[in-house]
Amino acid sequence: MAANNEKSSGTVAYINARLLDPASGLDTTGGLLTEGEIITDVGPGLAKKKDAPKGAKVVDCGGKCLSPGLVDMRIEIGDLASTAEAAVSGGVTSAVCLPNTDPVIDDMTVVEFVARRARKLGLVKVYPYGAVTKGLQGRELAELGLLAEAGAVAFTDGTKAVADAQVMARALSYAATFGLMIVQHPEEPSLTADGVMNAGETATRLGLFGIPPEAEVIMIERDVRLAEMTGGRLHIAHVSTAESIDAIRRAKGRGINVTCDTAPPYFALNEAAIGDYRTFAKLSPPLRAEDDRQAVVQGLADGTIDAIASDHTPRDEESKRLPFEQAAPGGMGLSTLLAVALELHHNGHMGLLDVLKLITSAPAGLMGLDAGALIAGRPADLVLFDPEQGWKVDADALGGKAKNSPFDGRPVQGRVLLCVVDGRTVFEPGE
Amino acid sequence: MKQDGKDKVQFPHRHLLGIEGLSPEEISIFLDRSESYVDQNRRADKTSPVLHGRTIINLFFEDSTRTRTSFELAGKRLGGDIINMSVATSSVKKGETLIDTAMTLNAMHPDVLVVRHPHSGAVKLLSEKVNCAVINGGDGSHEHPTQALLDALTIRRRRGHLSGLQVAICGDILHSRVARSNIHLLNTMGARVRLIAPKTLVPPEVERLGVEVFHDMNDGLKDCDIVMMLRLQRERMNGNFLPSVREYFHFFGLDYEKLGHAKEDALIMHPGPMNRGVEIDTDVADDVGRSVIREQVEMGVAVRMAVLELLVLDSSEGDG
Repeated sequence: MAANNEKSSGTVAYINARLLDPASGLDTTGGLLTEGEIITDVGPGLAKKKDAPKGAKVVDCGGKCLSPGLVDMRIEIGDLASTAEAAVSGGVTSAVCLPNTDPVIDDMTVVEFVARRARKLGLVKVYPYGAVTKGLQGRELAELGLLAEAGAVAFTDGTKAVADAQVMARALSYAATFGLMIVQHPEEPSLTADGVMNAGETATRLGLFGIPPEAEVIMIERDVRLAEMTGGRLHIAHVSTAESIDAIRRAKGRGINVTCDTAPPYFALNEAAIGDYRTFAKLSPPLRAEDDRQAVVQGLADGTIDAIASDHTPRDEESKRLPFEQAAPGGMGLSTLLAVALELHHNGHMGLLDVLKLITSAPAGLMGLDAGALIAGRPADLVLFDPEQGWKVDADALGGKAKNSPFDGRPVQGRVLLCVVDGRTVFEPGE
Repeated sequence: MKQDGKDKVQFPHRHLLGIEGLSPEEISIFLDRSESYVDQNRRADKTSPVLHGRTIINLFFEDSTRTRTSFELAGKRLGGDIINMSVATSSVKKGETLIDTAMTLNAMHPDVLVVRHPHSGAVKLLSEKVNCAVINGGDGSHEHPTQALLDALTIRRRRGHLSGLQVAICGDILHSRVARSNIHLLNTMGARVRLIAPKTLVPPEVERLGVEVFHDMNDGLKDCDIVMMLRLQRERMNGNFLPSVREYFHFFGLDYEKLGHAKEDALIMHPGPMNRGVEIDTDVADDVGRSVIREQVEMGVAVRMAVLELLVLDSSEGDG
């Protein structure tokens, strides 16, 4: 791995590229110039080698797609080193990590610690979420203001919903004092007790207890009301059901300040992926019915869903090689984020720029990150990829100890050829 | 297609993990083979050396007296060496125990493992880690295939056939692996299945398994040939599924009044152990003319002998 934390210096010209910048709507043949950590020029005038300034290092992009590095607004960090490598191998240059670390990110020192460790690795830029409540216990508010000052970009209790309505109302209200966003895991916990997969025919056949899709929409509808009541800024994480998307569509129509995201499993897979108790397909929220999957695709295409996050959740073999009910939920997603998102393009649901927007500028905007744009003056975080090149997801080859990809064995299209963070090459395949 | 003992009828699967997916022919292989063991079990000498030298391990991760004893007797009557292992499941790390235990036992070269586990799918997971045949002795709320086979044998011997019969399965469907295995088996064999239970004890979209759902015993039992009662698994309940036993018995307990809606000669079945006065009235349970509950226990040993024989002999190539 070419990672290091030395500052890059000098000028690099990325020539002969298809420039794709969802932030500015740019889709043209051209090139890009970086000076140290910053993009200094972008455009069709830099298409050829002769256009590069004297003394610049020239990188020939071979006509492939050069876009802003991907921005992943929700990962679990697990083992930082392998997560960071998975990120850059997937073209992800900025990621926001959930606070359900050990210790929990509910204290300023932990915020600083996470960011500092990630900076030392010099791979993906890691930004932390702060906890909404102390210890993620759902009772007392964490120090939202101080955490934000320390660098927390938004607030969530991670994979646990803030269940108590009063606590959620106060969180939204208090966060609004500082203009901060609350991100909710949409699941009414009292309806999901014992549930391990989507409620329905498959769960009934397998003898597993179901999580009804209503558990998701009930929480969303409640929180939309609370956001309206408090004037707070609400974001719903990983929506997975048709009814949820309808509820958010209606709320947006009424002018309520709510946004949402989804994750690749929810538009690329359905509950059938569980098959005969496949624990890699045990996720939270659970994989849903085919109708729901289609509604998620529709929600992405019509703009109801604002962003795609990988929901990267590394789990060791011991926590997945268990009876389904006991296995830990969660799937890896960083390395497959681009390829699986591109299915939306390959299947004709969305344009290439529109798909890229969902994994670059849109999440960067939601999280307030200086990332996700090919614009002079912005950080030189780039990904070069071939949207057509096919490969097969192989969980064993994803690196690190965790292998729990719900996409294991899936043929996908879209290969990362180069990943650049702050002007430094941090990933090239075959290294 | 009755077979005499020398003709080898092969069951084409290595394990018996569930009824779902089996063909009518595959189910019949077990039922047909069981018949001769019913006769054998009624003789003075109940043994035959079919599994002489073979090792059977009863691996129970959940308490069971009936099923374990039934398998144990079945194995002994076939001349096999059978040992019982009960694995404590109090720790949270049950799953680790599962895989580790599977690996350990596998190293001892058993010919068949009979496994019961409190979690759905656990027996399937274990079967992937061993080289011998695995019989599902009940996994969570998923399947209990030998129970469905013994129920089918009981019905078939009484009625001569399964197809066209109206069978009502009553009670705690939600938590019941017996119900699921029976639904699959009875549907596969051409019987018609009704479920009768309060709405809180019916799993979602169960109609798609090919059953009709009733919430009133009198409606559901109307013209039924067979009434299968399920044990009310109160120990598994951690929610408000029912307000009280008294109320449950009033609406869903089988008594003569409700039974009056079924066919006059309807058979009463129960997988045991019974909660008398909860899901079934004592008099009905003991009605010698209609209750075949004790016969089910007898058929259980015969069915398990057939299952052990067919799986063990099929898994040992060329050896019979």
